[in-house]
Amino acid sequence: MKFRHAKTFLLGAIALGFLASLFADKINPYWLFIFYDIGISIVMAVSLNLINGYTGQFSLGHAGFMAVGAYTSAVITNQFGNLNFLAANGIFAAALLAGGLAAALAGLLVGIPTLRLRGDYLAIATLGFGEIIRVFLQNMDTVGGARGLSVMHGWTNLFWGFGLAAVTVYVVASLVNSTYGRGFIAVHDDEVAAEAIGINPTKYKVTAFVVGALYAHSKQFLTPGGFGFMQSITFVVMVILGGMGNTVGVILAAILLTLLPEVLRKLSGIEHLPGFAAEHPLGWIGETRMIIYSLLLIVLMLTRPQGLFSFKKSSAPK
Amino acid sequence: MTEFLQQLINGLAFGSILALIALGYTMVYGILRFINFAHGDIFMLGAFAGFYLAPKIAVVIPLPSIAGAIAVLFLAMLICAALGVVIERLAYRPLRKRPKLTVLITAIGVSLFLEYAGQFCFGAAPKRFPDILPGLPITKIGGLSLNSNQLIVLAVTLILLLALRFIVMKTRIGTAMRAVSFNPEAAALMGVNTDIIISFTFALGSALAAAAGILWAVNYPSIDPLMGILPGLKAFVAAVLGGIGNLPGAALGGLIIGVVETFVKGTRWSTCADAIAFAVLILILLVKPSGLLGKKEIEKV
Repeated sequence: MKFRHAKTFLLGAIALGFLASLFADKINPYWLFIFYDIGISIVMAVSLNLINGYTGQFSLGHAGFMAVGAYTSAVITNQFGNLNFLAANGIFAAALLAGGLAAALAGLLVGIPTLRLRGDYLAIATLGFGEIIRVFLQNMDTVGGARGLSVMHGWTNLFWGFGLAAVTVYVVASLVNSTYGRGFIAVHDDEVAAEAIGINPTKYKVTAFVVGALYAHSKQFLTPGGFGFMQSITFVVMVILGGMGNTVGVILAAILLTLLPEVLRKLSGIEHLPGFAAEHPLGWIGETRMIIYSLLLIVLMLTRPQGLFSFKKSSAPK
Repeated sequence: MTEFLQQLINGLAFGSILALIALGYTMVYGILRFINFAHGDIFMLGAFAGFYLAPKIAVVIPLPSIAGAIAVLFLAMLICAALGVVIERLAYRPLRKRPKLTVLITAIGVSLFLEYAGQFCFGAAPKRFPDILPGLPITKIGGLSLNSNQLIVLAVTLILLLALRFIVMKTRIGTAMRAVSFNPEAAALMGVNTDIIISFTFALGSALAAAAGILWAVNYPSIDPLMGILPGLKAFVAAVLGGIGNLPGAALGGLIIGVVETFVKGTRWSTCADAIAFAVLILILLVKPSGLLGKKEIEKV
């Protein structure tokens, strides 16, 4: 992807996020949380796209890295009591950075041994690591074990949510367009050939993993169960619906897939008539929305396997 | 020593159920080279088929009884075999020439569909699986207590494995299956109808998964629509451990995972048991990525 106005985009998106956060109290809190989710989904999907889309390595454990980042930053912010606005945001930024570094370290630890593997084996190994991280967190009493960890400060806001999303998009886009990034694409297109002309695929794969994991985090209440296999799958689906290696498409898919279940929930009237959903004319959607969601996925794969938002023919994903 | 043997028997019973599921993964992978993620949910549907069939069958053959249990097992296997064929026909066949990842995502979609459709049709709350087997008294041999259900699991698994081996090695259709998995194009040129063989493979794998579902439900009688996820993943791990595409490997992998996990459950790290399967897998992949019995594939440029 050509990304000429990357810096303008980055500044614009951060400024927009900041402006929006000033009006946050005017927005319905329900929608506000959906907006946070959208920001998080964008971060996750775009960073996963670097691994799955550009480098062509199939990772099924992205939620595990998200868990590492989320727990690390939550443990840090929980050390502090109530702070004023400036201090709170400063600590939050530091916690986000620490979470990112912890996730990157986990990515490195997972990446070095497993990335010698290829294709399906890599997919299942990353899945395994994701599950191991989850079970490990479930057994760590200092972070609440299976009961989960409650996060004392709700410091996530639109500024951080979308600012981080913008930074992720910027970093991934510039990385892919750099000389180093050509290495990612070379590994994707033909691993054996890339190796033959002197590119070390493992090195590039590891880098993609570390950067991918760097951005994996946020949220208010953390339970190990929330970072399971299904969560990883959701991010993979975003990448694939958006079109592998197509950042704009992946962002759109992340927004769509975060909104879709909520819109279906809204349509079915679950929110307005608690307990009376069945009598609402569209009540059936509430009960069947996840079925619709999965059917949609199958139909999309059958009809538009190149991704929902991929219009030009790019190098075919393997 | 007694405790060791006891755990070994528990582990083998659990492992043989995993082995039955793993065989389905490995057969499909051997022929189509893709991971059928919905396989764990076929296992779940097998258990639910048994749940809904049992009262109907009880009208004809009184339950619990051996004959009734066999009828339940057989019918559930038949239903799931049909389901497997239908899923392959509708969701996977149109994608056969497409990239592997597309098929993988479709399989994940099918898996989600079966889980949520299951929650919608059967209800999300766990159900108690009816007693279809007469509860024989627990046999004591030395210090060992042998649960009749565990013995039945082992026996049924052994019979099914032998039947599978017979089908794959001795029959015409089995020969065709091996031919297709060896080289689909060459097999087609030799007059093998690959579509029928692939459908048959799905039927066979799904029937084994259904049998595993019934055996699971007999041993652990609480069933729910999401029960297939974790056993499905572990069985897949078992298939990779044994060398994916290799039938004896899948059975061996299932038994190893089952025994190791059961032994870990007996120690103070019991809560980590779910991670054990994956840890074993990663170790094996690092040391011998083609699995215990798998052949090393040479990559062509």
